[in-house]
Amino acid sequence: MNFVQNFPAVSILLCLFAGIISSGLKKKAARFVNTVLISIVGFLSLCTLIYVMGTGESFVYVMGMFPAPWGNEIRAGVLEAFTALFFCIIMLLSLAGGRKKLADEVEEGKTFLYYVLMDLLLASLLALVYTNDLFTAYVFVEINTIAACGLIMIRQNGRTIEAAARYMIMSLLGSGLLLMGLCMLYDLTGHLLMSNIKEQIKWVYVSGQYRIPLLVTIALLSVGLAIKSALFPFHAWLPDAYGYSTVSSAAILSSLVSKGYIFLLIKIIYRVVGFEIFYESRIVDVLFVFGLMGMIFGSISAIRENDVRRMIAFSSVAQIGYIYMGIGMGTQAGMEASIFHIFSHAATKSLLFIGAIGLTDVSGGSRQFIELTGSAYRNKWAGVTFTVGSLSMVGVPLFSGFISKLLFAQAAVQNDVKMLPALIILGISTILNAIYFMKTVIRIYTPVEERKYESITFKDMKLYVATLACFIILNVVLGVSSQPIADIIGQGLAMFS
Amino acid sequence: MGANLFSNYGEAVAMILFGIGFGNLLLQSNLIKKIIGLNIMDTAIYLFLAEKGYIADRVAPIVTNGVQSMEAYINPIPSGLVLTGIVVSVSVSALMLSITIRLYQRYHTLDLDEISIRLKKEGL
Repeated sequence: MNFVQNFPAVSILLCLFAGIISSGLKKKAARFVNTVLISIVGFLSLCTLIYVMGTGESFVYVMGMFPAPWGNEIRAGVLEAFTALFFCIIMLLSLAGGRKKLADEVEEGKTFLYYVLMDLLLASLLALVYTNDLFTAYVFVEINTIAACGLIMIRQNGRTIEAAARYMIMSLLGSGLLLMGLCMLYDLTGHLLMSNIKEQIKWVYVSGQYRIPLLVTIALLSVGLAIKSALFPFHAWLPDAYGYSTVSSAAILSSLVSKGYIFLLIKIIYRVVGFEIFYESRIVDVLFVFGLMGMIFGSISAIRENDVRRMIAFSSVAQIGYIYMGIGMGTQAGMEASIFHIFSHAATKSLLFIGAIGLTDVSGGSRQFIELTGSAYRNKWAGVTFTVGSLSMVGVPLFSGFISKLLFAQAAVQNDVKMLPALIILGISTILNAIYFMKTVIRIYTPVEERKYESITFKDMKLYVATLACFIILNVVLGVSSQPIADIIGQGLAMFS
Repeated sequence: MGANLFSNYGEAVAMILFGIGFGNLLLQSNLIKKIIGLNIMDTAIYLFLAEKGYIADRVAPIVTNGVQSMEAYINPIPSGLVLTGIVVSVSVSALMLSITIRLYQRYHTLDLDEISIRLKKEGL
């Protein structure tokens, strides 16, 4: 066994241990441990990525040396390693961008807990990405939920606690359905490891038995994870949770937590149920329809919103809709587009949240549009960043959002039945996106006569500007050199089956 | 169909309980009732698992009197899953209860809709 094959398991364990150690540390030490941890995990993921790209095949790491049907396994392929690396980068940048703001948002004595939660969140995300065992996935889904709930309510005000309550309720509904689905799947197949379940399901499907239980199981798994990743119409908790929590939390929740669940769903589709059987079940059509509805209604809610952070949150609903639309196409190309959009949306949405906080800070902390007028002149870097994010979301070439839309459109053209609705809704949604994002960009670049608020200088926010620069570079890299990433996605999906 | 349903009455009861719990968690506006719904839902899943793991006329998989035969014992994996599930559901219940306490201290009500209306009035 190659030494690199230990890395996925080691990175999960490192995160868990870092969480435990940080709970006894002071604020600065916890922050240091967290930063080092994310860097190390990112580096280990990079090594794993290079290794699996070199060997050209995925590897299975057996936990505790119990062989296949009994033991617990971790499985790493190109897509898993790349996702882990990407998640680490986004998390590091989001935390760096919100670092200064965190002092105002979280009580002094509780800051170390913020980093403990972050460590645990990273552990659960990595486990969701790497695990090959469905029940382990369920346990880490719950850890993810609890950590995310803590991240929402660590900023203490009425709104966040209410949002955390709503988030928990929706998440628990989702995980209840997921657990029921897993139990029925175990009941049908007698296995908990993904690869074993897949073999058995194939066999059950060919024999023609248990068609209805299988259908119910697939429906339970998909709906459970769709609820947890805030697919329309299960998004009621989302605007408050993203709008009022700390800025790093909002960036990480929108770009990582919901994506972790979607990644698990994609894994279930490929590695557990099997793509053809999933497609045959017609659940894809349900996901497709709700995805389309999310694209429209999320954008409409965003247009009506008068608060910049809630607007970005509603835009997330629309973008999650895009991802589910891609999954719902039921083609390989659609799936690749969805996965690309997971990355592109993660990069863009965290950029928008971090950029928006710079704008609201130079507007007296108000997030209403009327106060934001001219704020891009007061904080030039945040203004540029927000513009880049907006252009990317609308789908202007050079930025990552354009590539996702292009891939979605190409995938739609290949599908005869779903082409027309997908293309029409894609068009409408792009126009709606343009309306609310360009409205905001024009607003922040409208000069104001009276100087109500102070401008901010570069000296006060070196780290913040550096983070913004990294975000912009990441976005442009995704937009310009999309081909290698598309190749990685294709290669990774091939390794799934 | 009817005969199947009758012979698997344990699973049927589990499903009905799951539905009751799910409905309560989704539709009740009182937070404590929601948590009760959550617990009913989770327990229904454990009942389902226990029913599935049980094989008639066999005993729990603890070796007694030196009987090593696989035929003597029930499937231990569902029991293990139930234990793990209970741990998870205890922790989420505790978290939900703590959120409920926080909300009650602030707003002196357990009604989530009422709290939302008040938050809108505050206009934060």
